[in-house]
Amino acid sequence: MKRKHQRMSLLGLAALAIAGAAALILTAFEDNIVFFHSPTDLVTKEFSPTQRLRVGGLVEQGSVQKQGDGVTVRFVVTDTAESVPILFKGILPDLFREGQGIVAEGTFRNGVFQASEVLAKHDETYMPREVADAIKATGQWKGDE
Amino acid sequence: MHSFANPTRFLRLTRALQPWAAGVALVCLAAGLYFSLFASPADYQQSETVRIMYVHVPAAWMAMFCYVAMAAGSASFLIWRHRVADLVAKATAPIGASFTFLALVTGSLWGKPMWGTWWVWDARLTSVLILFFLYLGYMALYNAFDDQARGARAASVLALVGVVNVPIIKFSVDWWNTLHQPASVVRLDGPSIHPSMLTPLLLMAVGYTAFYAWVLFLRVRTEFAAEKIRALRFRQAAVPPARELKSQEG
Repeated sequence: MKRKHQRMSLLGLAALAIAGAAALILTAFEDNIVFFHSPTDLVTKEFSPTQRLRVGGLVEQGSVQKQGDGVTVRFVVTDTAESVPILFKGILPDLFREGQGIVAEGTFRNGVFQASEVLAKHDETYMPREVADAIKATGQWKGDE
Repeated sequence: MHSFANPTRFLRLTRALQPWAAGVALVCLAAGLYFSLFASPADYQQSETVRIMYVHVPAAWMAMFCYVAMAAGSASFLIWRHRVADLVAKATAPIGASFTFLALVTGSLWGKPMWGTWWVWDARLTSVLILFFLYLGYMALYNAFDDQARGARAASVLALVGVVNVPIIKFSVDWWNTLHQPASVVRLDGPSIHPSMLTPLLLMAVGYTAFYAWVLFLRVRTEFAAEKIRALRFRQAAVPPARELKSQEG
């Protein structure tokens, strides 16, 4: 075997080993890498009531209510299978609205998610407003509104 | 392919291609910027903020593309000992780092109004930040040795180890829940971006790629010139004055 072939197979083996190691590490840390949990995770998995976590999903239609104090908002986030009520006191991002994907950070206690921060999740669809309106007019709209 | 490992031939090629790359870069970036900033529609959700995307997305593509180019050059250098490949990798590193920085900054500027935050530690953002550090690490390691050949080899190994991060960046949005949205252009069921917005985006992407080629050719030629100067100085210092005349004759 020539030296350059030796080096080539050495590099190939090293690449395989590194890829394997990376795959194992990423699988092992799966739960820490996910940025948010779904409402189903929240309901089925056991989380401590003091643990800070994030929940992501769609804001349920017609679920957003301003509370009596004027600054607290209550809404329901759903992944269509399960849904979780969220209480949030603060300023919501511009993209926040019913049907929109959001990620909330906070604690889950007694079936209610107490959020300290709410982020809007943007989807991967880009189009001009006229096109969006035209698609909605034909009833072909597959988005979350 | 290996015939380009010949420095003279490679330099001749870069000299021929450089003005073309420069021309394509300037035309495409000018047209792309005009279309993306003025002559394209606002988005139905993001309105005008969508224009950041035309700068951000190609920068992120180039960040990954440059890294793959750098790793390919490093591999070719380690296996076949091609000096040209090493210089291509070395010249690519600062360009790729700049693209990565641009992607991070524009992404942050977009994230604040759209998501409501400048930065989150989700898989996509974190893996791109790691990419940025890999570029910095490569450049630091390259220059960390007195013996340049050793630095080149160590940095090449780092570049190859880091290549595992590239698929992680690309598929992070599919493998895990992230705040960052999934791919809009490079996806199996076709782009989910309207043609009126895709055209300026692709123009910008071509412009960025040509810009990379332009700067790469310039940097590689500079590296060769610097190497020649180093060699001349070295010889000058090594040859005692008495023999200088003789060596000049030969």
